Amino acid sequence: MAKREFSIPVIKSPPEIPPIRPGAMAHSRPFVAKAEHQEPLGFPGELVDNWKSVAIDKMEELLGKYRALPVFLDSCVKCGACTDKCHYYLGTGDPKNMPVARQDILRSVYRRYFTVAGKYFPKLVGAAELTEEVIDDWYRYYHQCSECRRCSVYCPFGIDTAEITMAGREILASIGVGQKYANEIIGKVHKIGNNLGLPEPALVDTLEGLEEEVEEEINVPVKFPLDQVGAEVLLVTPSADFFAEPHVDGLIGYAKVFHQAGISWTLSSYASEAANFGIFVGNYENMQKVAERIRQAALDLGVKRIVVGECGHAWRVAYSFWNTLIGPFDFLDTAYPTPQHICELTYHLLQQGQLKLDPAQNDDKVVTFHDSCNVSRGSRMGDMPGGQFTIPRALIRSACPHFVDMAPETTHEHTFCCGGGGGLLTDDLLELRVKGALPRVSALKRVIEEDGVTHMAAICAICKSQFSKVLPEYGMGMDMVVSVHQLIGDALVFEPAQ
Amino acid sequence: MILGTIYAFLFLVAAFCLVVGVALRVIRYSRTPVPLVIPTTPAPTTTGGVVSRMFREVVLFESLFKGSKWTWLFGWLFHFGLVVALLRHLRYFTEPVWQWVEVIQWVGLYGGGVMLFGLLGLWARRFLVDRVRYISALSDHLMLALLVAIAGSGLAIKYGVHTDIVALKAFTRGLLMFDWQPLPAEPLLLMHLTLVILLMVIFPFSKLLHAPGVFFSPTRTMKDTPREKRHSAPWADEINRSTLR
Ligand code: HEM
Ligand code: SF4
Ligand code: SF4
Repeated sequence: MAKREFSIPVIKSPPEIPPIRPGAMAHSRPFVAKAEHQEPLGFPGELVDNWKSVAIDKMEELLGKYRALPVFLDSCVKCGACTDKCHYYLGTGDPKNMPVARQDILRSVYRRYFTVAGKYFPKLVGAAELTEEVIDDWYRYYHQCSECRRCSVYCPFGIDTAEITMAGREILASIGVGQKYANEIIGKVHKIGNNLGLPEPALVDTLEGLEEEVEEEINVPVKFPLDQVGAEVLLVTPSADFFAEPHVDGLIGYAKVFHQAGISWTLSSYASEAANFGIFVGNYENMQKVAERIRQAALDLGVKRIVVGECGHAWRVAYSFWNTLIGPFDFLDTAYPTPQHICELTYHLLQQGQLKLDPAQNDDKVVTFHDSCNVSRGSRMGDMPGGQFTIPRALIRSACPHFVDMAPETTHEHTFCCGGGGGLLTDDLLELRVKGALPRVSALKRVIEEDGVTHMAAICAICKSQFSKVLPEYGMGMDMVVSVHQLIGDALVFEPAQ
Repeated sequence: MILGTIYAFLFLVAAFCLVVGVALRVIRYSRTPVPLVIPTTPAPTTTGGVVSRMFREVVLFESLFKGSKWTWLFGWLFHFGLVVALLRHLRYFTEPVWQWVEVIQWVGLYGGGVMLFGLLGLWARRFLVDRVRYISALSDHLMLALLVAIAGSGLAIKYGVHTDIVALKAFTRGLLMFDWQPLPAEPLLLMHLTLVILLMVIFPFSKLLHAPGVFFSPTRTMKDTPREKRHSAPWADEINRSTLR
């Protein structure tokens, strides 16, 4: 790993809004995708010669395809309400990490090429020519946004900087300047079926290992079926669940729930990934293609339901976009919502009295819950708005005797991104990730000190990986982070099925 | 008389700019597809819920209230004052003056002051808060200057140099009837009117498009029902079909 050249931010109590520090993160840029990462996604392998006109044409195309873009680019009044809402601004003080300033680097070009005011009075309205420096700025600062939508909550017009970032990244990729991390991953999904590039034999191995491990530990023959034709449920989960810590304990939790509820289920080796980095690079075609594998797997396996494991942006894509991308789901059992979140499934079973939990198993823990940004602000669970907040909490409460919420300005729709979302969970952006975690870590520190919190539960693979990596930087234990379904699995009472 | 004709002409041009300019943007917005369901959640699941959300946004500035209390206070006072002051101006355009316009005259008087107060508060933020200073372009300051000047000159006419209201009303009524009437040659009045004409022309080319824009913002206007109802756009459906096998 590269030499560390940054200092860990100091946690202030109460949290402070930093003064602006222009250029503080101007050095932060992720590795650029090579031709082999670009081309399989339909992007040019390197910077095209006529990049300027390609970029402007692409911008025009996107302006015509997504209503959000012209509306958002025209409507901002520079009121400043969003300026202190982004975790990357709060952690770095770089003014270009203020959502409105992030938009402005695209808006100034939009003004210059697509508006009357910008064409004739560029100075007056801050319109700018598209130059190499502008492209550089886009590359830097569109990779310092985790597309978490926090800014959109507070904007009087609902301007969602994530939409602007996605457009910026799509333009960049289409002139040949893609981001290596995200594009390489999308390529792996297209080719192999998951972000890790884990081939089927490795998956079989891993799952067999898990079966043995669980049976040894609790003496219950919990299965981890793969490619089982005719199963009731297809479970699609982030591939990190297969091997990363603490994710895998979540997977074990899902398996225990299915086992105890007597629901036949299967994973798919063809669609062994819930994550969909297509959303991160803002490219509809790639997002659709990644999602399509899941529809195909569901058809091939003849399942009746699709359930999605703990993953933030995956759930946004699944809940909000799947029906559009790969629907209609008329080939599935309409008695259940499609897709269904694993938390919804478990919650439903608990309500029906089909699962029994013994919270005493988690008596040693004081648990808090990190609302994942994409789940909170881009999706729902259950049939009431806000179910995405109440259902996971209800699960934790029924599995743990001690639950504490973090400060209300950092939970529910006000939640802070973990700092690693939106395709930024890569070591070449470590400084950004550490600094971007500051607001969440500050809130966590407070409940640790005031309420003796020992664990923070999450329902997102990226959150879990990110926190395991950055909490130690702030002097907290990496094993504080747990999956919600780990807590469920540990508390689950195995009874003979009724 | 020549003055009256010039101003009548300018007003018609400005009104044309405003109406056609905004109409073109609104047509553009409404014709641009929304391929994916992107309300900022938690979001309403019914049309009634969306109407209520939009009402709270447009009338109460609900999201801004969550975002920044000072900006909300000044911003809301400014817009509220603006609306009241505009309504009060109806008395120059209606004959006989509508009953309710008569009734609100006294509120309207405060409207101008409240509007000015709000504007000055907003402007102060552009100097005092380093983050807001950073994002302010020249046009943001000029827009506030323009509105301050409009409100200021209006108040000055009301409280300082009294204009010949009867003649002014003959002019404004004439505008509506396409029957040009003379305009009192009062410097402050002419300034007030000139600035208003300027504002009308600038409107469709500036950030004032936030007024129609808010009604087209997908994050606020969409229902949260993606599982219940399949949402699609033609260009996106074409891509969806292309991967079927
Ligand atoms: C549907 C109607 C409208 C809504 C919902 C609306 C809402 C808002 C909101 C929430 C803000 C941000 C807070 C603030 O700075 O005040 C704002 C700013 C602003 N609005 Fe409006 N507005 C509307 C119509 C208008 C109109 C007709 C004008 C025209 C004169 C106007 C002029 C402004 C200006 C100049 C600002 C920026 C203030 C600043 O520089 O801080 N608005 N508007
Ligand atoms: S979407 Fe999130 S990361 Fe991006 S600008 Fe808004 S608050 Fe910051
Ligand atoms: S809150 Fe919205 S309108 Fe205000 S500055 Fe930010 S993006 Fe612009």
